Amino acid sequence: MSDTGFTFTIDGLPVQAKPGQTIMEAADDAGVYIPRLCDHEGLRHQGGCRVCTVKASGRSVAACTQPATPDLVVENESEHINSMRRDLVEMLFHEGNHLCPICEASGNCELQAMAYRLDMTQPTKFPYLEPCRALDASHPDIALDTNRCISCGRCIRASQDVDGKGIFGYVGRGIHRRVAVNGVDLAHTDAAVTDDAISADVCPVGCIIRKRVGFSKPIGSREFDDGLIGQKIESKRK
Amino acid sequence: MVEAHSTGNGVAAPKDARNSRAITGICDRFGNDPHRMLDILRAVQDRFRWISPTAMETIAEATGLTRIAVEGVASFYSFLSLEPKGAITIRLCDDIVDRFAGLDDVVKSFEDELGIKLGTTSVDGRFSLEYTPCIGMCDQAPAAMINDIVVTRLTKEKARSIARALQSEARPQDLISPQFDALSPYERVTMAVDSNIKHAGEVLLGPVPRDAGLEKASVLQPEQIVAEVEASGLRGCGGAGFTTGAKWRLAAAEADTDRFVFCNADEGEPGTFKDRVLLTERADLLIEGMTIAARAVGASEGLIYLRGEYVYLQEHLESVLTERRTRGVLGTDIMGKAGFDFDIRVQMGAGAYICGEEGALISSCEGLPGEPKTRPPYPVNRGYLGHPTVVNNVETFCHAARILDRGDEWFHAIGTKGSHGTKLFSVSGDCLNPGVYELPYGLSVAELLRMVSGEDAAAVLVGGPSGTMISRDSFQRKLTFDDLATGGAIIVFSGKRNILEIVEYYMSFFVHESCGYCTPCRVGNVFLQKAIQKFRKGNADSSDIDYLRDLSATIIETSRCGLGVTSPNPILSTLENFPLVYSAVSKKSEDGMKATFDIQSAIEEARGIAKRRSYIFDRDYGK
Ligand SMILES: Cc1cc2nc3c(=O)[nH]c(=O)nc-3n(C[C@H](O)[C@H](O)[C@H](O)COP(=O)(O)O)c2cc1C
Ligand code: SF4
Ligand code: FES
Repeated sequence: MSDTGFTFTIDGLPVQAKPGQTIMEAADDAGVYIPRLCDHEGLRHQGGCRVCTVKASGRSVAACTQPATPDLVVENESEHINSMRRDLVEMLFHEGNHLCPICEASGNCELQAMAYRLDMTQPTKFPYLEPCRALDASHPDIALDTNRCISCGRCIRASQDVDGKGIFGYVGRGIHRRVAVNGVDLAHTDAAVTDDAISADVCPVGCIIRKRVGFSKPIGSREFDDGLIGQKIESKRK
Repeated sequence: MVEAHSTGNGVAAPKDARNSRAITGICDRFGNDPHRMLDILRAVQDRFRWISPTAMETIAEATGLTRIAVEGVASFYSFLSLEPKGAITIRLCDDIVDRFAGLDDVVKSFEDELGIKLGTTSVDGRFSLEYTPCIGMCDQAPAAMINDIVVTRLTKEKARSIARALQSEARPQDLISPQFDALSPYERVTMAVDSNIKHAGEVLLGPVPRDAGLEKASVLQPEQIVAEVEASGLRGCGGAGFTTGAKWRLAAAEADTDRFVFCNADEGEPGTFKDRVLLTERADLLIEGMTIAARAVGASEGLIYLRGEYVYLQEHLESVLTERRTRGVLGTDIMGKAGFDFDIRVQMGAGAYICGEEGALISSCEGLPGEPKTRPPYPVNRGYLGHPTVVNNVETFCHAARILDRGDEWFHAIGTKGSHGTKLFSVSGDCLNPGVYELPYGLSVAELLRMVSGEDAAAVLVGGPSGTMISRDSFQRKLTFDDLATGGAIIVFSGKRNILEIVEYYMSFFVHESCGYCTPCRVGNVFLQKAIQKFRKGNADSSDIDYLRDLSATIIETSRCGLGVTSPNPILSTLENFPLVYSAVSKKSEDGMKATFDIQSAIEEARGIAKRRSYIFDRDYGK
């Protein structure tokens, strides 16, 4: 490996990379966490949420899609970068309808966890867009509440590429762009609760709900209750 | 013939079968190729005036896609509709220039005569009336599209008579000329739309010998063509200004058997209409330039991506392509040179500004929603269907053809250092002589204003909303890549215009045109627009100026493509050059309460419900 590999730095720390790796992939291997929402292990990169924005040799890029190159100097955890990330996370909160206290995903939610990690503790400055989105509870085993959708597209890619089904897709443009299903409602698609797209860790928020298992794990012992998002990757650091 | 959507009762069944046959026929015509999705959907839209759920299913089946994938495309483009549209759809250009030229009166005439409100379709399904962003007619505003026809210089009287004619069964094309069917494609175009060439320069709009550049290129080696274009200093005229020779060199260097040459005729930047004039008056030169590019990079297929708004030019372009094939300057063995093969197809867009961004343009040509592509890879390395693709602006190709004819030194000597040759400027707004001006790079804005009789200008928007709004004290600045770069739009505003109204309009344009792929552009621009509304209502305070700056900075730095990177420019450049406009309407917070909170309007509804005024907040209550 070392003959083709190369080194670059993230916040001063030397990181090894293989040709063809993105900045984020190399960072993950090295135990350096770069915040992300639309990227998910095992799925194609989308590069849409922009939470993974880093400065690479002076240029702002999305770490999940930008190839690592030898001697790149990457700025990841600076106050400037994190404040932009905070803006982006706030935008996602304000774009949809996020009522954490009543949400089944609270504690397992990557959006919520990202807000904690980025120190989103002040009252937010943006207006709420309060969209009107209908709940789809038609499927016997799955409910879909796109009020919480952050347009990460992870369900779309999982269904297409892992399940080979194509149950989800984007429709519309601009602020009206949203995730929709391949039928009048979810019951009229071939979605199954065993699909990868429906599995607990594909939807980062609480859009895709598996029926009858809600709250089986109590709040307090959920994924992000005992530490910040990203610590799994950071614990790999030697 | 327009067929209304089926009613779902028994009578409709044979008609459903007929409709479904018609749709499979359309899919067949495009080889059931999912990459031709935009053509398929345009054809279905034209025939049925909407893309119905059953139509989407039929198309999905024919092309082997999921229904949701078809819906993803159908719901992306403004000219495709998921609800039935009228047999005649009137799209009024609602650009700020049209508004200032009397759009309101025109709207009112149409509404009155057709008996429908803007944004609706008549119950009998005959008419739809709606707004559409800049259709590239700012020099003859207000203008509108009526199905595939363009009408310009509308007044309230003209609008009234158009509406009456359409109601008494006139076809849209009859509005152009009663002899429309007997006219040539070129006549049809020029009778509808005035080219308005106000100043012809020596490169493009003056006399141009036919195919002289191609003749010379056909005996040069590809490498020599690239070298000549490189030496001329030609830079892209679509806005970004990338060196054209360098772009061609990169594409030529790729190891691939298939390469493509695409012409960007999307011309969506509000206030830009110079490509419209080139497509009308210099279509041969454009195709000549594309053919030269094809020889330079080794491409055998080309495509002209024509914005949906310019569909009235399609027939004209097709006829020029056909004529060139007949003459042996397009197709196989071009100019008698064995193996010099290149042909071009016109790809229609369907109402999406973002498709002018080269990655989005390629997505659109692949039958996808017009979303930009992740870079790298760049189009010259892996573009259309993964193959090296050169995307250049209409004007860039025209220049290239002239350079091959007259030589790189001739071109290089025109203009200034770093900005060589001439540039077409589309001038509109508050000036006496709007139109197209071909001028060498390096003129100042003041010099241009004198030529167009726009001396009353208080503000000039150079490069359209994604460019820079400058004030009088900057009119000495030069129109070059290094000072004020522009894809060609020059919009003049006199002192009587409201800067904040202009800014709000352009922000609403970007909100409408954002593709929605990335968070900052999709959401952030909505927030910017709302913040400007707050200023216009007089509810802003000085902290809102910082808010505008900070939010703009985040959008610019984190957006995925050039749209988001430039969309805050109307705000940032007016904050910089017209600061008083903002401070004049910002409140000071005197009592420490948030100035944006207005107790009077907050309790207005309660007053209505209680049918009385407030003890506390209406000071004179009870007195
Ligand atoms: C949002 C957006 C819209 C664009 N619209 C156009 C357009 O309408 N026409 C154009 O030629 N270039 C447009 N561009 C620039 C293209 O991406 C690309 O740079 C250009 O077509 C390259 O051609 P050139 O080098 O000949 O200018 C646009 C870019 C962006 C980001
Ligand atoms: S900046 Fe983002 S949302 Fe805006 S047009 Fe580009 S990719 Fe789409
Ligand atoms: S994780 Fe990179 S853009 Fe979303």
